[in-house]
This record gives sequence, C-alpha cells and structure tokens, in this order.
Amino acid sequence: MDFGTMLGLMGQGLMLTGQIFVVTLVGALPLGVLVALARMSRFKPLAVIATLYISILRGTPLMLQLMALMFGPYYLFGAQMGADWKFWACDIGFILNYAAYFAEIYRSGIQSIPRGQYEAAQVLGYTRAQTFMKIVLPQVVKRILPAMGNEIITLVKDTSLAFVLGIMEMFTRAQAIAASQVSLVPYAIAAAIYWVCCLIIEFILNRVEKKLDYYHD
Amino acid sequence: MAEETAHEGTGKVLVSLEHAKKSFGDAPVLKDISLSVREGEVWGIIGPSGGGKSTLLRCCTLLETLDSGTLRYEDITVAEDNGAGHSVYADKATLAKARQRFGLVFQNFNLFPHYTVLQNIIDAPVSVQKVPKDEAIARAHELLEKMDLAGKEDYVPCDLSGGQQQRVAIARALAMRPDVLFFDEPTSALDPELTKGVLNVIRQLAEEKMTMVIVTHEMTFARDVADHIVFMDAGVVVEEGPAEQVIDHPQHERTRAFLANYGD
Ligand SMILES: Nc1ncnc2c1ncn2[C@@H]1O[C@H](COP(=O)(O)OP(=O)(O)OP(=O)(O)O)[C@@H](O)[C@H]1O
Ligand SMILES: [Mg+2]
Repeated sequence: MDFGTMLGLMGQGLMLTGQIFVVTLVGALPLGVLVALARMSRFKPLAVIATLYISILRGTPLMLQLMALMFGPYYLFGAQMGADWKFWACDIGFILNYAAYFAEIYRSGIQSIPRGQYEAAQVLGYTRAQTFMKIVLPQVVKRILPAMGNEIITLVKDTSLAFVLGIMEMFTRAQAIAASQVSLVPYAIAAAIYWVCCLIIEFILNRVEKKLDYYHD
Repeated sequence: MAEETAHEGTGKVLVSLEHAKKSFGDAPVLKDISLSVREGEVWGIIGPSGGGKSTLLRCCTLLETLDSGTLRYEDITVAEDNGAGHSVYADKATLAKARQRFGLVFQNFNLFPHYTVLQNIIDAPVSVQKVPKDEAIARAHELLEKMDLAGKEDYVPCDLSGGQQQRVAIARALAMRPDVLFFDEPTSALDPELTKGVLNVIRQLAEEKMTMVIVTHEMTFARDVADHIVFMDAGVVVEEGPAEQVIDHPQHERTRAFLANYGD
C-alpha cells in the first residue's frame, strides 16, 4: 500500500474524528454550564448530585465510561441495541465526560468574579439574568480561556478512544493499516494529523485571547 | 448654627431609616440606628473602623437586609418592622423601584472592567431604565465633562488612574438620576493626589444640592461639605448634628478621642 492510499484511508477516518470532536463541544459546552450552575445551586440535593456527577466522571477513565455505555444496555437490561448504538454511546460518553470537566472550569471562573461586580450590578438595577449575561459571563470567558484551551486540545487526542468501540475514526484506521501493512508509517501520519489539528486550535485560541486582551483586571 | 437648624427640616425626606438593627451571627453591628435624609442634604458618616458604617450603607442600598427596623425611600416602603421586631421586606417589584431612587459609589469603584468608560455609564440606563441609547450617550458625555474626563469615553477602566476610575463610577451612578447618592469611603483606596480630584467632584455635587450620604475618613472634607455629621462607634450613633458642631465642638468623649486621632 502506498503512502497516498494510506493517507486517503485515514483521511476518511478524520471525518469521524472531527465529528466526535464537534459533537462533543456542541453538547458539552452548554451542558457544562448547567452542571456548574447545579453544582453551585443553593438547593442542596441538586448541588450534591452535580458534585457526585462531576466526581465520578472525572474520577473514572473515559475509556471505561465508553465501554459501560456501549455494553451496559445489554448486560443490565438485555437490550439489543442496533448497529448504530456505538456512535450514540461514543457521542453521549464524550459529552457527559467533557461536561464534567467544563463544569469545573466554569465554576472556578464564575467564583473568581469579585463580589463587588455583582453588588455594583445589583445597585444599578440589573436583573440576575442581565448580571450573569452582561457582566459575569464575558469576564468568565476571558478568565477560563486558557483552561478551556487545554481541555479542547486534550479532546482532539481523546477522540482516539473511540477506537475501543470499533468506530472507524482516524486512529482506529491507523491501527488497522499499521497491523495489516506491518508499518509504523500510519502511526506517524496519525501523529502528524493530530498535531496539525492542535496547532490550528492553538492558533484560533491565541487569536481569541488577543481579542480579549483589550482589558485586564 | 441657627442657620444649620433652619436648613435641616426643609426639604422632603428622601431616605428614612428607623430603629435599624443588624447582626452578623451573634455580633450586633447596627444597634438601633435611625436617620432621615432630606432633599438637598449632605450627610457625613464618620467613626472608627468596624463601627458599622459600611453595613449601614449596605442596608440602605439593599445589599444587606435589616434584622429589624423600617427603611423607606420617600413613598416607597422597602422594609417595615412587623411589630415583633422583625423587618419584612417588600416584594421584588417594589425593591426594584426603590433601587432606582439611590446610587452607591464603592470604595474600590467596582467598574465593569470589560466595558469602556462610555459603556459603563450608559449600559444600566439603557438596559435597565430603557433610556434611548443616543440620549444616554449624550448624558454620559455631559457627565464625563463634569467629572473632568472628557475624551476618556473609549478607555477601559484598567487604563485609568484610581481617581479617574472613581470619577467614572460617580458618573455611572449619576447617569441613573438617583434621588440620593451613597458613598462608602470613596477616596480611601486613592493616593492623596488623586483624592483631591474626587473630593472636588463631590464638593461640586454638594453645591448643586445633590442629596448625598458619605462615609469618609476625610475630616476636613466632611466638615466642609456635609450639613449633618453622624459619628458612629460600635453600632450606635454616639453623636450627631451640624457638621461644625460635631467636628469642632464634639460633646462626647468618644467623638473627641476619635477626632484627636484624625486631626488633620
Ligand atoms: N458579611 C459580614 N459577615 C460577618 N461580619 C461582618 C460582615 N460585614 C461586616 N461585618 C462585621 O461588622 C462590623 C462592622 O463592619 P463595617 O464594615 O460595617 O464597619 P465600618 O465602620 O465600615 O469599618 P471600616 O471603617 O473599617 O470600613 C465589623 O466587626 C465587621 O467585621
Ligand atoms: Mg467600611
């Protein structure tokens, strides 16, 4: 198999890799906000549940969580899931896991906003929703950007865990080609592609950081 | 002094606090405080650290709730004593209405760092009071002019000195057209040089008969600008009266001791 064929096959896998990446962000970024708000809720049971959720999802391997979702329905309920289930299991697993990490980043960001900001907003008559959307959130975004960047870059590489579900994303393909061709080249290609993806993300994050650099506090 | 007495008691009462009590845990911080501020009056609140001055302002500005006592803004009853020694607060809509009656200037400014000077000043009028944007902008320019900050519209707070930031904070509060403006040690985070500019702005507001309640450690300033001085210590009003009287001829030993330390 020549280099071009390998690259072509792996390129097809890249689509799936990208899909996992995007779906995870689209799901986990907002879900993380809800989890963070639940975690900070004054309603104790909700806060306890959210804390437990975060603790378990961060405290166990993502690979294990993916397997549990994949095979749980069958072993627990004898449910026969369709052939598509692995894709659902993968997306749900990634979203639930990343939401836990994002929630903690949001929480630390929200809690780092000084009390005085809330008080100034309250005296000026802002509603709680206005205070959050106009005053708190924009400042939180700036503060958590570096930590979020870390997670997003980790996610690029974590997508390779879909391998354990037999999803033919890029890494799974690299692994298959490497085995059949007895070659390390597919791994080298995979490494290069992951790295380039991360470079692009770093570039975008840098741009956003620069844009928010117009003030400091 | 006769003139002072004549001045007090003319305008309508804008803020009135009766028998206010507030504790944090077991520690009483306000022990039966009453005050009523009339239109056009400037009140100075002085006293040693921990005496409850900030807590008093925070109760007046709804940042803290009273344990007992009554708080009114003119015709709006914010909190009323239920007779059993407990303050009962009005509903949300009433509290929101009351908030439109006062402004508060903080010791550490609390400007919104991600907003420019102009945005800091116009955002609340536009998004809370629904003032048309161009009107709010025109008013902001006017206020900045008055604060000696013309041309600083597009600066962000972090690019201004502390004194400039505090003057923006005063403009932000004034943009809401409050009936009464509270200040909690507006200059104690500033160098003496920057303090001057802020005090001058407040002096100018006093000349324009802006109703103000000012917690301050600047005794000369308080004496000059305030009509009425309240000396607070350990949660009680030890002494109050016309500014010259309280500062130049304090009646109580605690007031004298305090003023001796702050003799400036
Ligand atoms: N949120 C709070 N929780 C517990 N105790 C508080 C709280 N706020 C204030 N106190 C206590 O109440 C007392 C009065 O505080 P306050 O800040 O009102 O005093 P102050 O007269 O403004 O003092 P300073 O001149 O130092 O600003 C202090 O003993 C303070 O420790
Ligand atoms: Mg204080």
